[in-house]
Amino acid sequence: MIELEHVSKVYSTGAVSLRALDDVTLRIGNGELVAVMGPSGSGKSTMMNILGCLDVPSEGSYLLDGEPVAGLSENRLADVRSRKIGFVFQSFNLLPRTSAIRNVELPMVYAGTSNRRRRAQQALERVGLGDRTDHQPNQLSGGQQQRVAVARALVTDPAMILADEPTGNLDTTSTVDVMNLFVELNEAGRTIVLITHEPEVAEFAQRVVTLRDGRIVGDERR
Amino acid sequence: MSLWESARIAIRGLRGNTLRSALTMLGIIIGVAAVIVLVAFGNGLQTYVAGAFGPLANQIQITKDQQVTGAKDLTDADVRALRSPSRTPAVAAVNPSVSGAASIQLAGGGQVRTSLTGTEADYLEVANRELVVGSFFDAQQATNKAKVVVLGPNPVATLFGGQAGEALGEQVRIGRTTFRVIGVLAGNGQQDDIAVMPLGAARSYLLGGGDVVSSITVRAVSPEVVPQALEQVQAVLDQRHGIREPQDRDFSATALQSLLDQFSQVLTIVTIFVAGVAGISLLVGSIGVANIMLVTVTERTREIGIRKAIGARYRAILQQFLIEAMVLSGVGGIIGILLGIGLSLGAGAVLGQLVDEFPAPAVSVGSVVLAFGVSLVIGLLAGGFPANRAARMRPIDALRHQ
Ligand SMILES: Nc1ncnc2c1ncn2[C@@H]1O[C@H](COP(=O)(O)OP(=O)(O)O)[C@@H](O)[C@H]1O
Ligand SMILES: [Mg+2]
Repeated sequence: MIELEHVSKVYSTGAVSLRALDDVTLRIGNGELVAVMGPSGSGKSTMMNILGCLDVPSEGSYLLDGEPVAGLSENRLADVRSRKIGFVFQSFNLLPRTSAIRNVELPMVYAGTSNRRRRAQQALERVGLGDRTDHQPNQLSGGQQQRVAVARALVTDPAMILADEPTGNLDTTSTVDVMNLFVELNEAGRTIVLITHEPEVAEFAQRVVTLRDGRIVGDERR
Repeated sequence: MSLWESARIAIRGLRGNTLRSALTMLGIIIGVAAVIVLVAFGNGLQTYVAGAFGPLANQIQITKDQQVTGAKDLTDADVRALRSPSRTPAVAAVNPSVSGAASIQLAGGGQVRTSLTGTEADYLEVANRELVVGSFFDAQQATNKAKVVVLGPNPVATLFGGQAGEALGEQVRIGRTTFRVIGVLAGNGQQDDIAVMPLGAARSYLLGGGDVVSSITVRAVSPEVVPQALEQVQAVLDQRHGIREPQDRDFSATALQSLLDQFSQVLTIVTIFVAGVAGISLLVGSIGVANIMLVTVTERTREIGIRKAIGARYRAILQQFLIEAMVLSGVGGIIGILLGIGLSLGAGAVLGQLVDEFPAPAVSVGSVVLAFGVSLVIGLLAGGFPANRAARMRPIDALRHQ
C-alpha cells in the first residue's frame, strides 16, 4: 500500500529552485497495475524515485505499508529497497562485465538470501532467459537485458515493482514481451507502477495517472 | 552481507580491470621490494664489518707522530713500561713490532721483495690472523732471535707457485742471512705481501735500529675497558716522553674501536638514507593506489548507484572498495616481500660468487613488517576516503552520474 500525502519535491540549483513535484496526493493499493504518464519533465521520475525510496520528499509524507518513510536512515531505506521494492530502469542498469545470473543474484547478496544460484536461475527462466545465464549484458539484446533487469527486480519476491520507462529503449516485440511479464507478475499479486509515455503500453494498465508540471492532472481506472 | 561476499565482489571488480590492477600493484611491489632489498644489503654490510673487524675492537694502536718535530721514538723501554701491571691494569698484552722491507731469495733461484715485520710470539692473536700451514715462532724463539720466518700469501705465490706445503721447511735467504720457513699466513686481503720474524732477528740481521720499535699494539682486557686502557697508555707514554699537555703528544694512540664505531655509524646512516629513498618509492606506489581508487570510485559511481538501488547498505559499498584497495596493496605487498627476499638472496648468491667475500645480504624482519605495514595502512587510507565518499552517496545521485 502506497500513500503519498501532499508530497512536493523542490530541486535547488544555485539561486533557482524548481518544484518538480507539487502537492501530490496519491494512493495505490496492493495488487494494482498503474501506468504513470505525462510529458517529459512533468515529474514522473521524481515521483518514482520517491516511491522507490531512492530519494526523499521535500514536503509531505510517504507511507509505505503504513510505515512513514521520511526520517528513515539511509541504511533503513536500503533495507526497505531490499525487502519491498524491485526496480526496473529505462537504461536497464545491469552491472557491466557481469553475467546475467550474477546480476540477478546481486539483490539476494545484499539481502542475505540463501539458495541464490537456484533462485536466480528460476527468475531467469521465468523471464524466458534460462539459456542465457552466463551471458554478459553486452552479449544480450536490449529486450533481453531488460528481461534480466526484470528477473533481478522480482528475484527477492518484492510486493512492489517500480519501472521507470522500462520499454523506452525497446522495439515493439520486446515491449510486448516485457509488458506481458509485468501483467503476469501483477496477476500473481504484485503491485506494479510503471512510467511510460506510450499509450500502447498504458493499455496494459488498469489505472492511468497523468502528471503535468509536477501535479496530478488525471487519474482514471478502466 | 558478509565480509566474504564483499571480498568476492571486490576481487571480481579488480579482475574486471586486470591490467590496471596489475600496474597499480607494481608500484607497491617495487616499493616494498626495494625497501627490503636495500635494508638487507645494508644489514649484511654491517654484519660483515662487525664480523671482520670485531676482534679488533679491544685494540689500541700506538705509533710515533711523524708530524711533531723532535718527536721521541717508541722504544723497548716504552714497551716495558706499558707492560707494568700496576700502571696499566686495563691492558692485557703489549705487542711491539719493527717493520721494513726485504728481499727474499730461494736457493734454487727466485726472488721477491716484500715488507718485513719483526714482532713477538703473540702476533697472530694481536693482528687477528691465521696460518694455513706450519706454526708461528714461540716466545723462546723470539727471545733467542731464531732465524725463522713466517711468509704471507704473496711471497709464497711468487716463490712457490702458491703451494704453501712446499714452502714449509724451506731455507730462504733474506739479506745476508738464511732463514727457515716455519709457517704460511692465511690471506686477509690487506697485508698479504709480508714476511714475519722474531723482533730481535729482524733488528740483528736486517733492519738494525737499536731499541726503536715502529709501532706498538696494545690489547685491552676487554672491549669495555678500552677507554681506561687508552688513558693508562697515554699516561705512561706522556710521563716517559715528558709531555704535559695532550696537544703536545709526540705519539698517536688510537683505539680501533672508535674507528669501528664511526664506521658502523656511517653505515647505519647510509642504510637509513637508502631505505628512506626506497621508502619514498613505496610512498609513490601507495599514492598510485590512492589515485586508482579515486578514479575507480568516480568511474564506477553508476555501479554504486545500481548496487544501492537494489539494496546495498553503506557498509557493503564501503567494504567492497576498502577490500579492493587492501587487496591491491596487500597482494602487492606480499609479492613485494617475496620479490624482495628473493632478490636479496639471489643477488647475494650471485655477487657472492663474483666478488670475493661479498657480504651476504641479511633480510631484516623489521623492514619486512614495516614495508608491508606501510603499504597496508596507505592502502586502507587510499581506499577509505573514496570508498566512504562513494558509500555515502544518495542512490539517486549515484545513478544520475554520467
Ligand atoms: N537532480 C535534479 N536537479 C535539478 N533538477 C532536476 C533534477 N532531477 C530532475 N530535475 C528537474 O525536475 C523536473 C522533473 O524531472 P523528472 O522527474 O525527471 O521528469 P520526467 O521523468 O517526467 O521526465 C525537470 O524539470 C527536471 O529538469
Ligand atoms: Mg523520467
